[in-house]
Amino acid sequence: MDDHLLVIFPHPDDEAFGVSGTIAQHTKKGLPVTYICLTLGQMGRNMGNPPFATRESLPLIRQKELEDACAAVGIQDLRQFGFRDKTVEFEDEKFLADQFLAVIEEVKPTRLITFYPGYSVHPDHEATARAVVRAVGSMPEMDRPELLCVAFAKNSEEDLGAPHVVTDISDVFEEKMNCIKAHRSQTQWLVESVDKDPAMLAWVKNERFWRYPL
Amino acid sequence: MQLIQTNEVQKTLDQLIGKELYLHLETTNGAYANHNNESVLTVNAYIRNGKVTPLSGKIMGNGPYRVGLKIELGWIYAEGLTHWEIDTEGRLLMAGHDAEGRLAVALQLSSSPFDV
Repeated sequence: MDDHLLVIFPHPDDEAFGVSGTIAQHTKKGLPVTYICLTLGQMGRNMGNPPFATRESLPLIRQKELEDACAAVGIQDLRQFGFRDKTVEFEDEKFLADQFLAVIEEVKPTRLITFYPGYSVHPDHEATARAVVRAVGSMPEMDRPELLCVAFAKNSEEDLGAPHVVTDISDVFEEKMNCIKAHRSQTQWLVESVDKDPAMLAWVKNERFWRYPL
Repeated sequence: MQLIQTNEVQKTLDQLIGKELYLHLETTNGAYANHNNESVLTVNAYIRNGKVTPLSGKIMGNGPYRVGLKIELGWIYAEGLTHWEIDTEGRLLMAGHDAEGRLAVALQLSSSPFDV
């Protein structure tokens, strides 16, 4: 059976910072990755500096950036779910979970990466994470993928302990940086600080995940 | 977008008076405002595709600018506007960008609904 990785996030660039190295390592082995991206981040406020986007042109710009970012780390199966930024928590949770479940049953992932419910700060992140947990939790135990979660709330380590999985992604650092850079309208500031700040470099080179107890 | 020139914006507003329009009005300090600085309240609000017919409209201030539109039963107001354009679909887009280029406020009017 193929070792298939499924990644589920609400915004273009959510995959870039914490997960794209893990994705690149997976695709480099010739293994398949499916990425479900729920929105186009169309209500974001970073417009470039000086601004090169408007509220109305931003969705198309972010869609192209997302496709380029996926290409940078070898993702061939990008599923765009077409929700609107900042509205995910207002959608019906079961409806979302059922949509995730349909993809899980189709691609049969061995690993699934999303945000950690309660520890992912943005309301869209939290709503996505809750629906993913609901989808996986509804599956028979033996069929469930390994569920790895990204947590970045300030109290994450205090409450959850040290990350259960820390992956050194130095071997795909270039691919990861190209993925981050592809999200140009959102990541100009980060690319600059990675060059200057050793702590930021260490953060980019290590991807940290917690297993969610189901 | 370009920096606001009030006479150009005023001319455009004048042309919209009495027309049935779709409104996008938004203000935001970013979903991470409180995460980045605990003394700040995260504040974001938007209405997309409110249907309005302005009775009058003015742009005021010395920059950043304020726009007020009178409607039959009330007002539409935005402060902090810095940039504007009429886009390829003929919509009036006005926005306020902070020193880092981030959008903080938007006021947009269109004769057809905005995409959702």
